[in-house]
Amino acid sequence: MSKSMRFLTPLAIFGVLVLLLFYGLYQDPHLVPSPLIGRPAPKFTLPALEDPKVTISNADLKGKVSLVNVWATWCVSCRAEHKELMRLAKVDGVRILGLNYKDDREDAKRWLQIYGNPYVANAFDADGRVGIDWGVYGTPETFLVDRNGIIRYKQIGPIDQQVWEKTLRPLIDKLKAKT
Amino acid sequence: MIRHIRPIPLLLAGMLVLPLAQAYTLEQFSFKDPEKTEEFRKLTEELRCLVCQNESLAASQADLAQDLRKEVYQMMRAGKSRDEIIRFLVARYGDFVLYDPPVKLSTYPLWFGPLILAGVGGFFLLRAIKKKKQAQDPDLSPEERDRLAQLLATTGNQQKTPK
Repeated sequence: MSKSMRFLTPLAIFGVLVLLLFYGLYQDPHLVPSPLIGRPAPKFTLPALEDPKVTISNADLKGKVSLVNVWATWCVSCRAEHKELMRLAKVDGVRILGLNYKDDREDAKRWLQIYGNPYVANAFDADGRVGIDWGVYGTPETFLVDRNGIIRYKQIGPIDQQVWEKTLRPLIDKLKAKT
Repeated sequence: MIRHIRPIPLLLAGMLVLPLAQAYTLEQFSFKDPEKTEEFRKLTEELRCLVCQNESLAASQADLAQDLRKEVYQMMRAGKSRDEIIRFLVARYGDFVLYDPPVKLSTYPLWFGPLILAGVGGFFLLRAIKKKKQAQDPDLSPEERDRLAQLLATTGNQQKTPK
């Protein structure tokens, strides 16, 4: 080993270590990758939020590219996300199915009255049992489901303009282009 | 006589009860068979809460942890095996729920990386030791050796007579 190598090798190893740690700084440990991606959406049958007699199930996901948005009135980030969801539904014509998670029915209905309703329908998951099947661990969470009811992407945390433009929109466009 | 109840003592009494009522404990999950209760405790300690990520399912006070404890409890009561329960949770939340990650392609670096690092380190260490050994043979000429002996002898003498 030449003299310069003797000094450069530890320096290089240190450099790699610094890069790894630096990369680690920007990784969010709270984002746990979902094992459901690429798999059919978990089976569910739930009463609708607005009308308990109406049932919402996987059948409501068939044939159309949809977002399944998990939300609750007690969830602060959901409030922040709501404006963006309204915009997506109105301006971009995105089909959003809501999963109202461990919430109070009346509170949730009032929320939609006050802030607007971006959802084509809302399933009411009072005890969070369906949430467990979907691997929900923190609201808001949003699943992108394709025409065949396969989960293609999971957004953990609120959807904002950046998430929409950089991630969701390109994915939705691609799924919609497929026939 | 309801009007005669004084609100302040009632409030104070309520404050005493409140903290107890808020905390989740494992006590509500008991089985007739104490061995099963122990098994439940052990299993939930090996599972990781997704909300407070450095806490086990047994210890976490998150609402989701309580929901999952109930889920595990019901599955155990239904006679599901440990493996079935773990598979159920991994299918939904991923390997993240396990404190003990399984050996598979994506975890090879985790399991074997340290061994490889130790191997590489050992290789360089052995090489460095070998080199040192070779370098230990000093090429001194006979004159240099005499001079060295002389120098050592004089310093030795000085040390022997400190006064």
